[in-house]
Amino acid sequence: MAIDWKQYDPKPFFDELIAKPGKPRKPAKPLTDYLSSLDDAEIQSRKAAADSAILEMGISFTVYTEGENIDRAWPFDIIPRVITKAEWERVSEGLEQRLTALNMFINDIYNKQQIFKDKIIPRYVLKQSKNFREQCVGITPPHGVWAHICGTDLVRDGKGDFYVLEDNLRVPSGVSYMLENRQVTKRVFPELFENSSILPVDEYPTQLFDMLASISPRPQDYPEIAVLTPGIYNSAYFEHSFLAQRMGAELVEGADLVVGDDDCVYMRTIDGLERVDVIYRRIDDEFIDPEVFNPDSMLGVPGLMRAWRKGNVGLANAPGAGVADDKVMYAFVPEVIRYYLDEEPILPNVPTYLCVDDKDREYVLDHLDELVVKPANESGGYGMLVGPHATKKQRAEFAQLIQKDPRNYIAQPTLDLSVAPTLCGDDIEPRHLDLRPFILQGVRTDVTAGGLTRVAMRKGSLVVNSSQGGGSKDTWIVDEEN
Amino acid sequence: MLSRVAERVYWMARYVERAENTARMVTAFHLLALDMPKSVQLSWKGLVEVTGNDELFDNHYQREDERNCVKFLLADADNPSSVLNSLRSARENVRTTRDLVPSEAWEVMNELYLFARDEIDQGIGKRGRFEFLSSIVQRCQTLTGLLAGTMSHDAAYDFIRLGRNLERADMGTRQVDVGALKLLKKDHDDPEPYEGLLWTSILRSESGFQMYRQHVKRRINGVDVVRFLLQDSAFPRSVTHALKQVQDALESLPNNEVPLRLVIQARRHAMNANVDELLAEDGLHDFVDRLQQDIADIHGANAETWFLAAPAQAA
Repeated sequence: MAIDWKQYDPKPFFDELIAKPGKPRKPAKPLTDYLSSLDDAEIQSRKAAADSAILEMGISFTVYTEGENIDRAWPFDIIPRVITKAEWERVSEGLEQRLTALNMFINDIYNKQQIFKDKIIPRYVLKQSKNFREQCVGITPPHGVWAHICGTDLVRDGKGDFYVLEDNLRVPSGVSYMLENRQVTKRVFPELFENSSILPVDEYPTQLFDMLASISPRPQDYPEIAVLTPGIYNSAYFEHSFLAQRMGAELVEGADLVVGDDDCVYMRTIDGLERVDVIYRRIDDEFIDPEVFNPDSMLGVPGLMRAWRKGNVGLANAPGAGVADDKVMYAFVPEVIRYYLDEEPILPNVPTYLCVDDKDREYVLDHLDELVVKPANESGGYGMLVGPHATKKQRAEFAQLIQKDPRNYIAQPTLDLSVAPTLCGDDIEPRHLDLRPFILQGVRTDVTAGGLTRVAMRKGSLVVNSSQGGGSKDTWIVDEEN
Repeated sequence: MLSRVAERVYWMARYVERAENTARMVTAFHLLALDMPKSVQLSWKGLVEVTGNDELFDNHYQREDERNCVKFLLADADNPSSVLNSLRSARENVRTTRDLVPSEAWEVMNELYLFARDEIDQGIGKRGRFEFLSSIVQRCQTLTGLLAGTMSHDAAYDFIRLGRNLERADMGTRQVDVGALKLLKKDHDDPEPYEGLLWTSILRSESGFQMYRQHVKRRINGVDVVRFLLQDSAFPRSVTHALKQVQDALESLPNNEVPLRLVIQARRHAMNANVDELLAEDGLHDFVDRLQQDIADIHGANAETWFLAAPAQAA
């Protein structure tokens, strides 16, 4: 028995591949036709081939449970998700516009603060921001860029329009899995790549290297680039070592680096100390330099901030870049784009209510059963209230939390996240998904062709995190003209 | 190459070699015990002394019987050099250098540790001991062979070679010490006939029995065995051969002056020993002690040169 697309009904959600039962969207048609040409046994054997490729290639992520670290095989669904090139170009422009404005905004925050003086954004927003770093005031990094690597989470609503859910400007993860998903899909469905024009994603490590090189304080030399990892116990260690390998950079831990009396950064090698020009740090701000931030940090490098402030080392992302990660700041991004670029935002935000605003708060408190409430500075979905799924007691608790600290909460309407056909056991069923493209900004800006698609593997679930059973898919940007 | 990474592969090799050597030593002593008449008692505690961890042993055990000694050497969680702990540490070091070490080596290492962990009781008990220990030795050899045959012979490999051969030289001197300490407790006047068996067993510890036979061709006696284990330039587990390997590995590494000077001294020290005199004058134990100090100094120089935090200097 092959897949019968007439039996597949994504209602009431927008489906990435199927317009309505039996009617695939045009760009997805070669894929859906091909899939229905395979019988069940063939599909299962492709699935098995993907699983063994993931094991062989050692694609894993780390889960920490019960005092032990376990490397789990990366969860992967073989059916790709398809977006047209024309559609993606628009999204890509929107992302570029967004990151350009965000970087101007961050640079303004740490320097003139003109946007507050011009009263575009109220000053309180900054006062209570957890990710604002006093220590960065007065600095302008090379090219005025603070967030060099940004992972922006996009979702599609019931009509299929893209919205920005959040910007991750601190140490966004996932790009290695985007690259590996493509490798696996190429092994599993080589035929499909012969007949359609799927934009390649493999350039990312080269672009990342070039971006990092563009912030080197010694541009005349071959820059020495290092990826700074918290170590093997970090859940993203696979990605850290993957990126270091692909870029030909050193993978270092804090103890491998030392800041000299000359305020330059060196790594300890068997040849002695070697100067490091650029550090792609995958450690949070608070831990990178015990002299300046958390004095107990064993992960960081004493003096790193000193070296960076003097311009002797490039840091990506720059410390303090997370100030724009704040969910209250997020609400103002459309204003930020208009203010700095004098353009209309290409990608809309999800409508957001700021609890600190009296009118908004009143609305939120009256509609808790319809809204998702998020704390402003948490990541990874912690401390959230999903109104429609919450109990009365939980909603009452949240109402109290909001009244106690309104600045710390925002609320958004629950979205009808789009779905895509996903192999679940023996059947193909619709599952919710999101998309995390990666934007690089140095001397120029690059956006990945697509990004990492994460899938909520449980029926009806909106949770896409791999540590909580989420999966992933290859993301195809298809050029229909070819 | 990062200092931290160099240190990890160096220790990985040392730990694997240590586990293998301990397994060999217990095997040989196990076989020797089976050959000995009731009137001659073996001191299992002597084996513990050879590894230099006897104080640790005394803190944890009352009786110095075979079971306690074997358990201490193979499985004890408190003994950092036990076979199980050595393999666990080696595995952790491979795990953290997986981007450098061939992936098959990681698999072999992982299986080796899991095997030791799951079957350790076989090694402690008498019946399964021989099979268990043979399997440990074999798997360690597989790993060593895999690294030699599949890993680029670059600086990382030099550190592996350095660690392995330094550990081997160290354990080699300790084996010679087993003979020097005269582990046979005689309860009658003439232990001579059994000393031959003891020296044979020491050769077996180093898998050197056959090679000794081929190359020395004389009745097994203390002087020849010690000379073979200390000074034979062709036997891969002799102390001078291992030190030559250390020297070779050191020669291709940067900033090698201090450790290189020390290894050349140690080698000369081992080569120039007059074994006849040492045995006749009961000086072997002291000699071995000094040689072990030489080896410890080479290790110290390695750490100083490549692994420890180099002081930051203005460029």
